[in-house]
Amino acid sequence: MLNDFLILMKSELVVVFIIFLLLLIKVGTEIKNENLLSIIQFLLLANFVLGFFFNETGTLFGGLFTTNGLMAFQKSILSLGVYLISLLFSVWLKKSEHMPEFFMLMLSALLGMFFMISSGSLLMFFLSLELSTIPVAAMANFDLEKKISSEASMKMILSSAFSSGILLFGISLIYGATGTVNFAEIPVLLDGSPLQILAFVFLFTAFAFKLSIVPFHLWTADVYEGAPVAVTSFLSVISKGSIAFILLTTLYKVFAPMQEIWYNMVMLLSITTMIVGNLFALRQQNIKRFLAFSSIAQVGFILVGLSSNSVQGTASVVYFVLIYVFSNLAAFGVAGAISQQTGKESIDDFKGLYQNNPFISWILALALFSLAGIPPTAGFFGKLFLITTGASKGNYFFITVAALNLIVSLYYYLRVIRAVFMDKNEQPIEKIYLNPSVKLGMVICGAGIVLVGLLTWIYDYITALTV
Amino acid sequence: MNLTLLILLPLLTAIVILLMRNATQIKRAALIGSIAQFVLAFVLLFSFRNERAAGNEVQMLFELQYDWFPAWHITFHLGVDGISVAMILLTAFVVMAGVLVSWNVTKMTKEFYFLLILLSLGAYGFFISLDLFILFFFLEIAVIPKYLLIGIWGSGKKEYAANKLALMLMGGSALVLVGLLGVYFGSHEKTFDLLTLAHAHIPVEVQKICFPLLFVGFGVFTALFPFHTWVPDGHSSAPTAGSMFLAGISMKLGGYGCLRVATYIMPDGAKEYANIVIVLSTIAILYGAFATMMQKDLKYINAYSSVSHCGFVLLGIGMLTKTAMTGAIMQMVSHGLMTALFFAVIGMIYERTHTRQVNEMGGLLKVMPFITTVLFIVGLCSLGLPGLSGFVAEMTVFMGSWQNPDSFHRIATIAACMSIVVTAVYILRAIGHTAMGPLKEGYGNLNDAKWNEKLAAIILIAGILAIGIAPFWLNELISPATEIIMKKLQAGHSGL
Repeated sequence: MLNDFLILMKSELVVVFIIFLLLLIKVGTEIKNENLLSIIQFLLLANFVLGFFFNETGTLFGGLFTTNGLMAFQKSILSLGVYLISLLFSVWLKKSEHMPEFFMLMLSALLGMFFMISSGSLLMFFLSLELSTIPVAAMANFDLEKKISSEASMKMILSSAFSSGILLFGISLIYGATGTVNFAEIPVLLDGSPLQILAFVFLFTAFAFKLSIVPFHLWTADVYEGAPVAVTSFLSVISKGSIAFILLTTLYKVFAPMQEIWYNMVMLLSITTMIVGNLFALRQQNIKRFLAFSSIAQVGFILVGLSSNSVQGTASVVYFVLIYVFSNLAAFGVAGAISQQTGKESIDDFKGLYQNNPFISWILALALFSLAGIPPTAGFFGKLFLITTGASKGNYFFITVAALNLIVSLYYYLRVIRAVFMDKNEQPIEKIYLNPSVKLGMVICGAGIVLVGLLTWIYDYITALTV
Repeated sequence: MNLTLLILLPLLTAIVILLMRNATQIKRAALIGSIAQFVLAFVLLFSFRNERAAGNEVQMLFELQYDWFPAWHITFHLGVDGISVAMILLTAFVVMAGVLVSWNVTKMTKEFYFLLILLSLGAYGFFISLDLFILFFFLEIAVIPKYLLIGIWGSGKKEYAANKLALMLMGGSALVLVGLLGVYFGSHEKTFDLLTLAHAHIPVEVQKICFPLLFVGFGVFTALFPFHTWVPDGHSSAPTAGSMFLAGISMKLGGYGCLRVATYIMPDGAKEYANIVIVLSTIAILYGAFATMMQKDLKYINAYSSVSHCGFVLLGIGMLTKTAMTGAIMQMVSHGLMTALFFAVIGMIYERTHTRQVNEMGGLLKVMPFITTVLFIVGLCSLGLPGLSGFVAEMTVFMGSWQNPDSFHRIATIAACMSIVVTAVYILRAIGHTAMGPLKEGYGNLNDAKWNEKLAAIILIAGILAIGIAPFWLNELISPATEIIMKKLQAGHSGL
């Protein structure tokens, strides 16, 4: 029993171990930020690597906690994202007085996400969702001297409290309708009665809040703009990724019998999300707001893949999130490095960036082309598989809308590319200093963007896990 | 011959360029790479002819197949028939000439050549792929280089032109994507493999939806009316080598796609929409020709005339006869060489006179005889002088079109024929103004072409003459492949 416990929950236990280690270090030693950051980076790397070993399938606590190979891989993607954040924003982190706390909060959120991915019942899901949200709200407040940062934090707390309320209401309705909150038992008892549909709508609304699906996206841009870049990237990549993963379980397993009903819902939301996200992104000047709306549009694409219930649906969503981690973190990494040193966050300030900073310009270009889905970057494969999966139902209208949205999104990504490479600027941004770990982070992201698509065994590996 | 070499060689060249330190090394690396491509294309041509001469009648030669994404049944499937070999030869010619004329690029040399070679990689990959997924992959791979080449090294309204081009081509690709997915799921084969799809029975109703998507999608690349508007802006703003690649290679991707993908795998769709294709391409031919008459800028003249000339490609495909299709492919090769040469010459003139306005030039024949002679040759090729490639190609299209006995096809053919007169007007006027007459002031001490420019021009002229004087070798190469497409068309429903 103890062995089972240790093996099955090993990813969570490792994270807990790191959190407590940090706590002890913070309380008991006078270690300098710089050295501590290297230790943390090493621990996070170890956490990522460990994710690939000792993975077994099983359940604990009477079905509350389940795990399998795919879930372990999903957790590894998230761990990778956290590791990359610790690299990309190391300049900012070193300066922060409360760096250990920052990582404790981030890892607590990560722990919540791990439990959420593994949750086997709605209650467990609710608890872990809260665990993954509240620390992030505290993190959003981390630019202590900035008012806008506190505002972001407040907005996030309020909107997530609201969505938690809706979620709980949905859960109680499900319990009322079926008499159980266990993921394994719910599908058997679903018959598509109005009450169950209502319950599902409430549940899905809560997901929509967290994923910032239109029309539940209004908190996103403000929070992204106000929070420090490191937190914004955590929110937009890792939080979104984890919710997409649990949504896979919820839609494909728990609510599988109601697929006819949720298909239309997902389709409609996907179309509005893509269109609204893209249209709003067109006019943004602040790079963080810009990436916020672009990430809303990306979620719309994830929903295209989600709309079909199949092995390929799961595989392509997981694959896309992996690519999204690399591409979006690279974009945020560059934006963060620039805003950290020059305080400039407007796209107009990026004009002529290439002149003094060819390396980060190329990384940014790769990231944006990947987000736009242009080969040879991995984003092309990710988007293409999402759309192919979505097409398997033969819904041409849906697919055409998705494909046309690719054009709109290309337009605004090209705006940034144009500013960086083509536009003239009297005073271009001077040479940005990148310390070795930031460089390493960017190189890893760049390599990921190029290689994840071309190395096809990665997709095969994910498909093999899915079956 | 191993076809992956055609992809690996440009890739290797691109990597070597990235490693080089100074401009001279970069140029040398690019030149050596393009010469190697050139040699490789000829090796391919000769080994292809040898195989055929030895009686190997398989549709696609040198086939290779690796699993790529087994979960989607996507394979890395390569192979060539006569059409692909012709297009690969064209690409090799244009790439080499493009590298040579860009010898004077000083702004970000490394990036320039890297993107140029990347563009050629996309073209080679496109022409040899037999799996529609990788075909699409290579089609899209060229978007970034095109956008950056125009936007960074271009002139005039370059940002606008680059944006317009990237977005319109992306729109074309989006339609292609939807069409491909329709074929993938609609054929019930769940495969992107071209040959499998060609032998499958794609239901007629699926063809009726997917053919227009694919044809218009690819058509955007080859200036199908009314989606031609990116052509004038894109070509005229691009740097010389960029225009050469765009008009010489990139527009041909579309024509090749219309024929090889849309028409070949969906013959019923092709028959259904052939008349619309004919109408649109006739409009493009006439509209392009008349629009050219109004242009004063040499690059715009060639860009609009490209719309007109590429109309012949689509007209040939829409006529659905074997001769017309062969003509369409010949026109692709001929126009590719000719337009690349035209842009190269315009670039050479512009570098010396710093203007492209026809009425600001005059008497250039006196100061730069070589360049102006090349301008004459390319102009005459464009208006279809016998002995040069343009005549052969357009004549074949007309012959093929006339084989359709009904009056609709005949009227379209006659209308298209009339454009030749208009072509003669604008070409002769433009060249006459530029080359003849009194020498304008300030142009007295201009130099004639340098070695690299001469070499580039000679290579392309050699290609034009080779087709113009001895068209049979190209015909021999192409017609077995068009034969197969025709058989499939005639068989219709029953499949092949």
